[in-house]
Amino acid sequence: MGPFIEVVLGGLLAGVLYSLVALGFVLIFKASGVFNFAQGAMVLFAALSLVRLMSGELSAVHYWGAAAVLGVAVGYVLLLFWRRARPAAAPGRGASWGLIGVFGLIGAALAALHGTAGWSGWVAIPATAAIMGLLAVAIERLVLRPLVNQEPIILFMATIGITFFIDGFGQTIWGSEIYTLDLGIPKDPMFLLESVFEGGILVNKLDIFAAAIAGVLVAVLAVFFQKTRIGRALRAVADDHQAAQSVGIPLNQIWIIVWTVAGFVALVAGIVWGSALGVQFSIALVALKALPVLILGGFTSVPGAIIGGLIIGMGEKLAEVYLGPVLGGGIENWFAYMLALIVLLFRPQGLFGERIIERI
Amino acid sequence: MIYREAGQFKTTYRADQAVFPILQDRIAILLILAVAFIGVPALASDYLFLAILIPFLILSMAAIGLNILVGYCGQISLGTGGFMAVGAYAAYNIALRVPELNLLIVFLLAGGCAALVGVLFGIPSLRIKGFYLAVATLAAQFFLDWLFSRVGWFTNYTASGSVTAPQLKFFGYIVHAPTGKYLLCLCLVTVAAVVAKNLVRGRLGRSWMAIRDMDIAAEIIGIRPLQAKLSAFAVSSFFIGVSGALWAFVYLESWEPLAFDINRSFSLLFMVIIGGLGSILGCFLGAAFITIMPIFLNQVPAALGIPLSTATVSHLEFMIFGALIVFFLIVEPHGLARLWAIGKQKLRLWPFPH
Repeated sequence: MGPFIEVVLGGLLAGVLYSLVALGFVLIFKASGVFNFAQGAMVLFAALSLVRLMSGELSAVHYWGAAAVLGVAVGYVLLLFWRRARPAAAPGRGASWGLIGVFGLIGAALAALHGTAGWSGWVAIPATAAIMGLLAVAIERLVLRPLVNQEPIILFMATIGITFFIDGFGQTIWGSEIYTLDLGIPKDPMFLLESVFEGGILVNKLDIFAAAIAGVLVAVLAVFFQKTRIGRALRAVADDHQAAQSVGIPLNQIWIIVWTVAGFVALVAGIVWGSALGVQFSIALVALKALPVLILGGFTSVPGAIIGGLIIGMGEKLAEVYLGPVLGGGIENWFAYMLALIVLLFRPQGLFGERIIERI
Repeated sequence: MIYREAGQFKTTYRADQAVFPILQDRIAILLILAVAFIGVPALASDYLFLAILIPFLILSMAAIGLNILVGYCGQISLGTGGFMAVGAYAAYNIALRVPELNLLIVFLLAGGCAALVGVLFGIPSLRIKGFYLAVATLAAQFFLDWLFSRVGWFTNYTASGSVTAPQLKFFGYIVHAPTGKYLLCLCLVTVAAVVAKNLVRGRLGRSWMAIRDMDIAAEIIGIRPLQAKLSAFAVSSFFIGVSGALWAFVYLESWEPLAFDINRSFSLLFMVIIGGLGSILGCFLGAAFITIMPIFLNQVPAALGIPLSTATVSHLEFMIFGALIVFFLIVEPHGLARLWAIGKQKLRLWPFPH
């Protein structure tokens, strides 16, 4: 019994990691109807930015740029709060840009003072988050806005294009070797329930940590979607673009927000995956593993992404351990897809997806 | 002024239904074929054949196959690489186990195997569509990748997993020179293009396009989705399978499963998008573009004296591909073929603007 539970538990914990990536897909799909193939590339990009900013091996320009982006983001957020708190006293359009620019310059100047030593995680993580925000703005401006009102499949192919671009871009500016990400997350294995089973159950602390992070992330997202003003706007947009726009919800801003949030989720996934596997190109391929999770759970369901991830993770490990020797090993590459495919034949909308109703 | 159809009256239904109703188009096609069959073999160098022309022709054929599925029938597929692999390994095994068979028949049988596998993985398309189907075809890609790398029978139990194609022998002649290989590919691709062009103009092609434009409406006017979708999968996979066999036998000669991995699927999808969805001409334009682009990127910085490492070049290639895909989707979602059509339209009126 012990080994079986160990396999199941290991699978569930691996499934949590898939869920993290799948979550990013679901967020964007829910809010904009875009199937964002670039989520994996965003995970890679976030992880690369983070690990390289912490490494201290880059040229000064990288640090200045990252710091300037962070400064701009801080300035923008402060400005937003100012507007919210005292709309009358807030600066006008030109002054706002000036203020944001000053913040950017301050950031760059601080980075210049700091030199080319690696940053600590406390600075590098917000900086990476800011970079992901900038990426979201760029994607919205350069890709989504010109493609508005196109068919979903065209947008899907556009995100494949974005995937290739981000993959190439990230590796060009940050480097393309294998980097180890060390944020002080414990990685050593430990034994659970030693009193119940002989020898206990072997799990990795990192996996437990990842599960905890995923839990927190899902809770935060749930509160964000259900309780905040922006969350309600996001749900409205997801329901009906045109209706949302006609009651005064700014579609473009909503897209930027949702892509930024997906960028943050990518960062979290990047931190966890990067700590587990090292930061390398293969992280981008993890996204491909998240796809069966998505179709299993349904594109529109956050709980579906989590439960789908758990099912896929567990099924994959069980199949590898118990079916693998019969079939010749390595079956975890396709088992998840086959599982999802079989589910699709019976429930085309996934386990938790909304029922697909078609009209002419 | 030259390209004008004024005065070309059609007096028979036959003439009205011709593939190229305009005289100038017919002349242009004949000229292109003459250059391809006579001019190019006389002039081109071995490098040109092996590095550009042969891959271009084979990939054009695969793109024709994919375009039938994606462009004409509207079923997104990310499993093209897997179907090419089916063609390659089927051809290898048939040639290995039945050595007396003519290679042309081997290629056709390989296409048939690919068609069968294609239909098998096309069955989910009856229940699901769009993104769900795209992900489902990824299942084909990963499963086939695994099958050919892990199941020894397909590779004849070679230790390294890489296999070598037999000699290219047709009717007693051994095709070894680049020119011969080029002509072989050219013949097959020409046939494929003619067949595809006529298929999509006919009843079958129209039923595919009806399914693509709105499947429920198509069903209501009497098109059977089962037949239409599965025939699209079968025909598409047949072309892709034959091109996979050619890719393995003529271009690679010895290969391993990695040659048909997911990147092959993506690059073929890009060819179809850049070339133009729903256009046979577009397949050739897209294939030419994607084949020449990396070579261009490799040569230009070197020629300009900018030293770039191979890693940088490959990353730049990624970036440029990605940016181009987005660019094309924004500027001209119908691809290069559409630009060509617009150009022709302009030419008819030239030198007048209206």
